[in-house]
Amino acid sequence: MTLVLTERYVATVSAGDRDLVEALLAGDETAFASLVDGWSGSMLRLARSHVPSESVAEEVVQETWLAVLRGLPSFRAESSLRTWVYQILLNQAKTRGVRERRTVPFASLVSDDEDSPSVDPTRFQGPGDPHPGGWRAFPEEWPEHSLLSREVLDVVRRAVAALPERQRVVVSLRDLDGQSAEEVATLLDISPGNQRVLLHRGRSTVRAHLERYLTDSSELEVAR
Amino acid sequence: MRCQEFVELVTSYLEGDLPEGDRAEFERHMELCPGCERYLDQFRTTMTLLGSLPAESISVSARTHLLEAFAGWRAGEDDGRA
Repeated sequence: MTLVLTERYVATVSAGDRDLVEALLAGDETAFASLVDGWSGSMLRLARSHVPSESVAEEVVQETWLAVLRGLPSFRAESSLRTWVYQILLNQAKTRGVRERRTVPFASLVSDDEDSPSVDPTRFQGPGDPHPGGWRAFPEEWPEHSLLSREVLDVVRRAVAALPERQRVVVSLRDLDGQSAEEVATLLDISPGNQRVLLHRGRSTVRAHLERYLTDSSELEVAR
Repeated sequence: MRCQEFVELVTSYLEGDLPEGDRAEFERHMELCPGCERYLDQFRTTMTLLGSLPAESISVSARTHLLEAFAGWRAGEDDGRA
């Protein structure tokens, strides 16, 4: 079942990729510029996980694009173009990380509390309560107007930055960049289940940060 | 299904990864439990907010350098063919 889905997925993306690769090989500068503009920001974010400084991360992104140009004529579309580009990025970043003595191989990272619960267990009723495993109190409603504030995005940004490495990478690739589950699992060489767990932990933690911020500030407003 | 189990299945549900029976149970629980319905809403809001974080970008000079490299790459290829 999974295999069928994966094949269909690859078949779907490769048609668009083929056009794009042809445009690049034909020297279409607009196509290259839009690719660079579209992906470099998220590549920068990913590179940062492996190298010590912002300037090195940017160098890694540049080196990646140059390597992409060198390799493009032999791109075989065995993965999506994006996955291929990001794999080159990860390799460049790891090489650079080793040189800069800050290597963080994704697969060997400690499993950063993947088994920890999504929601603080004390929020649920215990074995002696009338409804064990049920909410003690429902999550409070979030004030709509606060969701539009710039501060909220700051809270989200800081919450992502504070996530354990693997969760941060997966959440960034999935929810910030909009990559598919298949792409991310392939890129990071992890199982679909592992990808989902990391994503779920990361999202749950970010939600908890938002909850703390939004319900605290509404208390403040009531107090005023 | 208990609320404490529900919150662990939200991503699987949203990804369409839950087996049919679990999905039905998940949705039945949501219809009966306003707390979990709200939790799922907030989870979705969280994902929307994550997706609306401002994009980052490389520096203008790095971008310029890359576009020049692309032009040069093409020129180099043309030279090779000629």
